[in-house]
Amino acid sequence: MNDAQTWIAAFLTLCVFSFLYRDNPFYRFAEHLFVGAAAGYLLATQYQNVILPNVIGPLMAPKIQASGIVLTLIPAMLGILLLLRVFPRLTAPARWALAFYVGVYSGIAVTGYMQAQVIAQIADSVKPFEGGWHAVNSILILIGLLTVLAYFFFSAPHTGLHGLSARVGIWFLMVAFGASFGYTVMARVSLLISRVQFLLRDFLHWIPGVVS
Amino acid sequence: MSWAQRLLSVDRRIIFVLIGLGTAIPLLMPVNLPITVTPRVEAAYQTIDTLPEGSRVLISMDYEPDTMAELNPMAIAIMRHCFRKKLKVIGMTLYPAGPGLVEPAMKAAAAAEGKTRNVDYVFLGYKSGFQTVMIGMGESIRQQYPVDFYKTPLDSIPVMRGVNSYAGIDLVVNLTASSAADYWIQFAASRFKKKLVLGATAVMATDYYPYLSSRQLLGLIGGMKGAAEYEKRMDLFGDARRGMDAQSLVHVIVSLLVILGNVALFASRRSGGDGTPARPLGGPR
Repeated sequence: MNDAQTWIAAFLTLCVFSFLYRDNPFYRFAEHLFVGAAAGYLLATQYQNVILPNVIGPLMAPKIQASGIVLTLIPAMLGILLLLRVFPRLTAPARWALAFYVGVYSGIAVTGYMQAQVIAQIADSVKPFEGGWHAVNSILILIGLLTVLAYFFFSAPHTGLHGLSARVGIWFLMVAFGASFGYTVMARVSLLISRVQFLLRDFLHWIPGVVS
Repeated sequence: MSWAQRLLSVDRRIIFVLIGLGTAIPLLMPVNLPITVTPRVEAAYQTIDTLPEGSRVLISMDYEPDTMAELNPMAIAIMRHCFRKKLKVIGMTLYPAGPGLVEPAMKAAAAAEGKTRNVDYVFLGYKSGFQTVMIGMGESIRQQYPVDFYKTPLDSIPVMRGVNSYAGIDLVVNLTASSAADYWIQFAASRFKKKLVLGATAVMATDYYPYLSSRQLLGLIGGMKGAAEYEKRMDLFGDARRGMDAQSLVHVIVSLLVILGNVALFASRRSGGDGTPARPLGGPR
């Protein structure tokens, strides 16, 4: 980044941080600028990377064949149909494109999900215990799996052995949520550290550069 | 007003100041607290380290500015590792704002290790559509990316010679802040049986532990802490390691505030209050 870019970035960072004191025009300016710039950037990028190479480029190609035109125009038409949702009277054709999209996506997602997230995970859950102290981990995983499943089984009342399992399951869930929350705090602090690093290093030059 | 109620009513801006100081002071006066490399990061490191020289590593850097704090240091450390091991890096991104971050990161890593574009690495650029790109690359990378980010045809790039699908790639690394990780697991790891290493933001890291156990992931680098561990393993001192002192101090402050808040809450209830904060002292309601 050159000096002008650094100054702009630092100014906008401070504008956003000013919200911590209270809502103010500087914060709102940065917020609106971000929304506008992001929308414009996204539009330009999608045009350059999607519309231009997939629609305009092939149609303008000097040696395009009839099959190429058809294969380009059908997806383009489906895309245009999606936009018809903005006209209340034309929402039905918009749903055709949506139905096509949902059908294709489901076909792709269901097989991939079953293969990677369901079957592979079940296979890993029922594998034999490892030897030594690793067996403790395996036992914990097994107990956690069964008790959490018991907690989410609502077709029977949570009483007796089922109730006990469900209560143990809640403890496993709480530990998982705690770990997740700890990581979330770390993630948010990381974002702050990055911005403060930028202000102290790139803007104020109070700490050394990044080269290691 | 009792001390407990006073504490519960403290102006939130005081907490912001504490967090701000807890972040800035360690950056200005680092003490370099020790960092332990966890088995998950060590596994990621070893997966790359044991690849034979000349192996192709596909790194999909699927992140944008909002999560660059965690993932950019990770990307630079991993790419530098690849370059040191004389591996060929194929970079790409599935996020529209990705190229603005990934291209400088690749250039920085290559410059630090004295590597040349197109000979040692290539940046394919951004391509829209998560699953379609991942599946398409299983059939033909050139169909998805006829040219690289700089509009150079892939056929004329030495790194891409003989690489036309996952078959020509030895390892896939995904650095992401989104569900792109799920898709890489579904398609690259499960369907195309490629070795996969994941670098994720801290928020999502715990969701992917089960995939380590099932060996669908060969390594997992979680958040800035994971990046710092990788930098330490690489003997680098990048942004992630520089930030870990601040990370530790802020965690101490947050933990103390949580404990203090709960003590005040219980004390307030014991003295007959309902634990509801009174009007914040000097702050907005």
